[in-house]
Parts: sequence; structure tokens; C-alpha cells
Amino acid sequence: MSAGINWFKYAAPQTFYPLAGLLAAGFGVLAALFCAVGLYIGFFVAPTDHQQGEAYRIIFIHVPAAWMSMFIYLVMAFWAGIGLAFGTRLSGMMASALAPTGALFTFVALWTGSLWGKPTWGTWWVWDARLTSELILLFLYFGFLALQAAIDDPRRADRAGAVLALVGVVNIPIIYFSVQWWNTLHQGASVSFTSAPTMAATMFAGMVIMAFGFWFYSIAAALMRVRCIILERERGSDWAAQLIRSGA
Amino acid sequence: MSEMLETLHWIVYRDLLLALRRRSDLLTILLFFVIVVSLFPLGVGPDPAMLRAIAPGVIWVAALLASMLALSRIFALDHADGTLEQMLLAATPLGAIVAAKVLAHWLVTGLPLVLLAPVLALQFDLPQQFLGDLVLSLLLGTPALSFIGAIGAALTLGLRGGGALLALLVLPLYIPVLVVGAGALDAAAAGLGAGAHLLLLGAFLVVAGAFAPWVAAVALRIAHE
Repeated sequence: MSAGINWFKYAAPQTFYPLAGLLAAGFGVLAALFCAVGLYIGFFVAPTDHQQGEAYRIIFIHVPAAWMSMFIYLVMAFWAGIGLAFGTRLSGMMASALAPTGALFTFVALWTGSLWGKPTWGTWWVWDARLTSELILLFLYFGFLALQAAIDDPRRADRAGAVLALVGVVNIPIIYFSVQWWNTLHQGASVSFTSAPTMAATMFAGMVIMAFGFWFYSIAAALMRVRCIILERERGSDWAAQLIRSGA
Repeated sequence: MSEMLETLHWIVYRDLLLALRRRSDLLTILLFFVIVVSLFPLGVGPDPAMLRAIAPGVIWVAALLASMLALSRIFALDHADGTLEQMLLAATPLGAIVAAKVLAHWLVTGLPLVLLAPVLALQFDLPQQFLGDLVLSLLLGTPALSFIGAIGAALTLGLRGGGALLALLVLPLYIPVLVVGAGALDAAAAGLGAGAHLLLLGAFLVVAGAFAPWVAAVALRIAHE
């Protein structure tokens, strides 16, 4: 393995800490750029929807937030699984760094969804399958955060959180389909997403650019948070103590 | 193999014996179930048509809450007196031990709820031909709840704020069982028959029974590191 790249070099918190700082700054700049362009397209370039009027413009926040909320849970469960399987410390730290951002996007998706629902559906909330499963996803995030917060020993917190995240990820499809089934059994779908008119190209472009913006923001935020977690947990080690003393 | 079965037999026997020596704990859970169900007519009004409509959901939610309330019992006592550590060291696979403990737990906390449910359903004026489906759905659903809940109980073992935390972890995972279980009665009332729902509940039970004990075993080892 002398010729190859040492993949595990950055698995050590000490080497990952400066790299995370660089990456966080880079992705932060990218996130700001993409969000600025996406919002500009969303508010000034994209045409007004002839059915929903201006209210539809919330989708430029709402849809990317909803995508990210689900995607981050998968990434979190992935790191949690890696941490549980290989015992790498950094993986568990990544999982706990991702959870608050994921919960934030889930909340944003729900909140903007109800802001959109009021003018279009005439109600803040319907027990639609998507809304309900998004709400349950928020509960799953809260469960993960609460469990990690309740355990003082970080190693146990990582491993217990990993088990919960993996159980959650197995359950998400089951929850989604059972909620969808429950929804069709109890009430006819009041709004169908699939029969909606196809989207104008600029709208779609704005949405995708915003999705990238949110994605880069998530990476930057998670890396910033993981830097804090690394410092907090490694404060006993020489390099971290030196770093803290130097005030960097 | 037979040695393992013997061990499991003794674990079930021991847990049942311990539970019967402290009968009041079990009665508390049963009474909780009865009281929660009785609160709903007081809250929403005594209109029989409405009570008939909400009966399956109310009974299912109350059963779910009652079985969740009992969850911490699965491991807490053994954790407190050190028996659990002996189980972790035992030659018998920990997953099998957990399965035996969950079975014993369900026999003393879940089964009484199932047997009591038809009586409460009569209070809600649920038509008698649906009582069989109600009992059957609970009979398949509550053990699945116990298996899933065992994971939460193992994860929160010995943590501060254990009870409320356990609820936060476990309740979202209970949702599919609740949806299908309460849905069985709705489907029966709509003339569709509860068969499909009961089969799905059975599937949940099989999957939960096969995998949850092993996940709970992993969680127990993490808690004892």
C-alpha cells in the first residue's frame, strides 16, 4: 500500500480538523453563491404560476429543504453505520454533526409547506402522506438528538445513536408506505402532486440550484460543527490543547 | 440446541415468576390502559356514533401507550441487580435471551391488554362482529410493539430521564403497527374485511421478532461497555 493514497490519513481527528476548516470555508462560499443565484432566479426570473400565483415561489426553499431533510438522514445513518462497524471515532462525530442540520431542514420544509398550504389549499396542515411522514422524520431526528444528549460518555452516545439511526433508516420506508396507505384509506387525496402541470424550465433550474446551495450549506455547517465536536472531545490531547491555548 | 432452549425456558419461567410476585406493577399498567380509554368519551362527548367511529383508534393508542409504559421493565430490574451482566456473559446467544425476555414481558403486560380490549370496546358500542378482529389485531400487534420497544429499552438503559426519552425514541417506530392495527377495524367496518391488515401485522411481527432481539442485544452490549 506504499504507492497508493493513504485513505485513512484523514480518519484521524487531528489531521481532519484543519482539512475540515478549509472545506467548510470553501463549501460555505459555494453555498452563498448558489443560494444567491437560486434565489435571484426564484424571485425575479421564474414566471408567475398561472394557477397558484406568486405563492408558489416558496418551492424554491421548500422542495430543496425537503430533499435535504431526507438525504441528510441517509448520510447520517451511513456515517453512523461506518462508525459502528469499524469503530472510527470521526464517523460518529460526523453523524452527530449532521443531525441538527437535518432536523433544521425538516423543520424548514414543514414550516414553508404550511406557509404554502394556507394560500393554496386553504389550510395550514393536512394529514397528507408526505406531510405526515416528514413530521415523523422530524421526530426521528429529535429522538437521535435526545438520545445523544442524554448519554454523557461520547463513545456510548455515538454507538447508541448509530443503532437508533440505523433502526430509523430501516423504518423510514415502512413508515412512509404505511402512512400513505393509511391516508388513502381514510380520505381521498385532496391534492395530487403527480397530476400537477409540468414545471417551467426556469422554475426547475432555480429549484435545482437552490438544492445545490442547501447541499453545500449542509456540508459547510456539518464540518463547522464537527470541528467543534473534535475540539471538545480531544481537548485532553496535546495537539488540541496547544490549538486551544494558541487561540486559533 | 436443546441446552439453549432449556436456558430460554428458564428465563421465561423466571421472568414470569418475578412478575407474578409483584402483581401490583402489572395491575397498574392494566389500569392505566382502562383509564386512558375511559377518558376519551369524557373528552369528546358521549355520542354513540362518534364513539363507535373512534373506538379502534382509541383502544389501539391506549394499548400502545400502556405497552410503552411497561417497556423499561424488560431490562431495568435485571440491570439493577446485575443479572443482566451475567446474561451478557452467558454462552447462550444474547439475542435469544432478549427474545425470551420480550416474550415473558409480553405475556404479563401485552396479553392482559388484548384480553381486556373487547370489554372496553363494548363500552364504545363497537358492533360485536368486529370484536374478533380487534382481539386478533391486538394479538398480532402488541408483541410486535414489545419487540420494537425492547430496542428502545436497551438503548436508554440506565440513562437519566429514561421514561420520556424512551417514548421519544420508540413512538415514531410504533407508527406503522398503529396504522395497520387500527386500520384493520376500519377496513372491517367498511366491509373490506380485516384480512389484508392482519396479514401485514403478522408480517410486522415476524420481521420485528426476527431482527429486533439482535439489535436490542447490540444496544445492551453498548450500554454495558
